[in-house]
Amino acid sequence: MDYAAQQIINALSFGAEYALLALGLAIVFSVMGLVNFAHGEVIAVGGYTMVAFAALVTANPLIIIVGAVAATALTSVALERVAFRPVRYADPTTGLLTAFGVSIVLQNLFLLFISPRPIAVTSLYFLDAPVMVFGVQISSLQIFESVTTVVVIIGLVLFLQRTTLGLAMRAASLDFEMVRLTGIRANRVFALAFLISGLLAGLACIFIMARRGSVDPHFGFNPVLKAFVACVVGGFGSLPGAVLGGFLLGAVEVAMLVLLPQEYGGLKDAFVFGIIALVLVWRPDGILSPAKEKGDKL
Amino acid sequence: MLDIQNLRVFHGPIEAVHGISLSVGTGQCVALLGPNGAGKTSTISAICGIAQASGTIALEGADLAKVTVEDRIGRGIAVSPEGRRIFSNLSVEANLRIGGGIRADRENVRADIERWFDTFPILGERRAQPGGTLSGGEQQMLAIARALMSKPKILLLDEPSLGLAPRIVAQVFQMISTLRAEGMTILLVEQNARQALQISDYGYLLNNGRIQAEGTAEELGGSKDMMAKLTGLG
Ligand SMILES: Nc1ncnc2c1ncn2[C@@H]1O[C@H](COP(=O)(O)OP(=O)(O)OP(=O)(O)O)[C@@H](O)[C@H]1O
Ligand SMILES: [Mg+2]
Repeated sequence: MDYAAQQIINALSFGAEYALLALGLAIVFSVMGLVNFAHGEVIAVGGYTMVAFAALVTANPLIIIVGAVAATALTSVALERVAFRPVRYADPTTGLLTAFGVSIVLQNLFLLFISPRPIAVTSLYFLDAPVMVFGVQISSLQIFESVTTVVVIIGLVLFLQRTTLGLAMRAASLDFEMVRLTGIRANRVFALAFLISGLLAGLACIFIMARRGSVDPHFGFNPVLKAFVACVVGGFGSLPGAVLGGFLLGAVEVAMLVLLPQEYGGLKDAFVFGIIALVLVWRPDGILSPAKEKGDKL
Repeated sequence: MLDIQNLRVFHGPIEAVHGISLSVGTGQCVALLGPNGAGKTSTISAICGIAQASGTIALEGADLAKVTVEDRIGRGIAVSPEGRRIFSNLSVEANLRIGGGIRADRENVRADIERWFDTFPILGERRAQPGGTLSGGEQQMLAIARALMSKPKILLLDEPSLGLAPRIVAQVFQMISTLRAEGMTILLVEQNARQALQISDYGYLLNNGRIQAEGTAEELGGSKDMMAKLTGLG
């Protein structure tokens, strides 16, 4: 019983992390149709910022966390301004190649100017302490992760439903030009999407760093892959889809860990992706793929 | 209010409008008529800044050539575009809020939305419903209301009667004529020439990207030859 409860909590906390990651991709995709593969490097910037803060500024974890989130948010907004704005109205392939380019350039900058080797940050280990809840031992990190994700989702929903700019972002996912024709600035909508994406990257970075404790130039690859898969499963461009896809991916991963016999352990990812592929056979556009029509044409 | 000189509009290599001139005076309703493919929507797109164009477009004497789409709206142009382009995933109320999104007087936006709901109780009843679930006529009303939410100086209407039943068309023209009576400046693009001219001060007949005829409603409507042409289109 305890074992089952623990595994369910594992699945939820993995799912929460993947949901955060997937939302970061989905929010940018929904407004500009761009799969931002550089999202992983934005997360890595957060990791390196933690390194820099811990080494040069302070050991205070709160300041390190705030610094990292600020750095990812700034990086994301800066990338929009420098790299993605010029290709904003180009076709999706151009945007995709740009994102790959940005991702590779950033990885190489990390390699060249920082270090090819992992650098440890121990300041966040305190987040990961065992706690007993109703007789089940879980990690405090899992609680933080789940709570943060729930708070983020509620905040995002309120923002997207209550504020004019949030409404404009949703409208933009359907018909960007029409949003411009209401006078709402495209630049603001895009910058905001990247800002939110950067903040989400920062939050995800905290949890990944607390678990892994080190950052290297390829730090972002795995998270962005998970985010991508979650988005594909959930339906690319749909924010609820990203959340659903994230939790589904977490659940499938934990289920495979639990169910696969020891000797097949190395094949976990193969099984996970196999199941994902089956989901896509059932729903090729993802479970909650958004409607494609552009309003009523006639 | 709006003065257009020698306007050419391009879609990539294709020139859709070949140097037209037209003007809309303050408080006037001007009809831009013409058959399919005449270049009416291209003209509207050029005025809004979403199509590549040459020539001059001036709003209240100021040239708009270097003005972005958003700033043109900010300066007082509003558009109910071809096909209405309601944000179908958002509620009726949210559509109107976005329409008023650039206004500084936030408090009044809410009041204005309520006023629209009073004017069109059908929209009020469906305020929380996604815009995409409205009927064509309701969507057209919403598109016009959304455009007016920005408190524009000039309203561009691209074929507001398209695809609507005659009874609904009459309602739409009634709404436009009320707006005109309230002093709104309107550029009305229509294929429905007869009805459009009834509520317009002046009209232009566009064909193949060129203006073929222009004049007051009486002049355009009076000429037998022209009337035949127009009703042929309408
Ligand atoms: N995006 C585009 N790309 C290429 N050609 C275009 C584009 N939009 C319009 N055209 C061409 O420009 C010409 C004028 O089109 P426009 O849409 O302005 O006509 P219209 O008068 O609005 O017609 P309708 O009454 O059918 O809406 C047409 O020949 C059309 O094929
Ligand atoms: Mg047209």
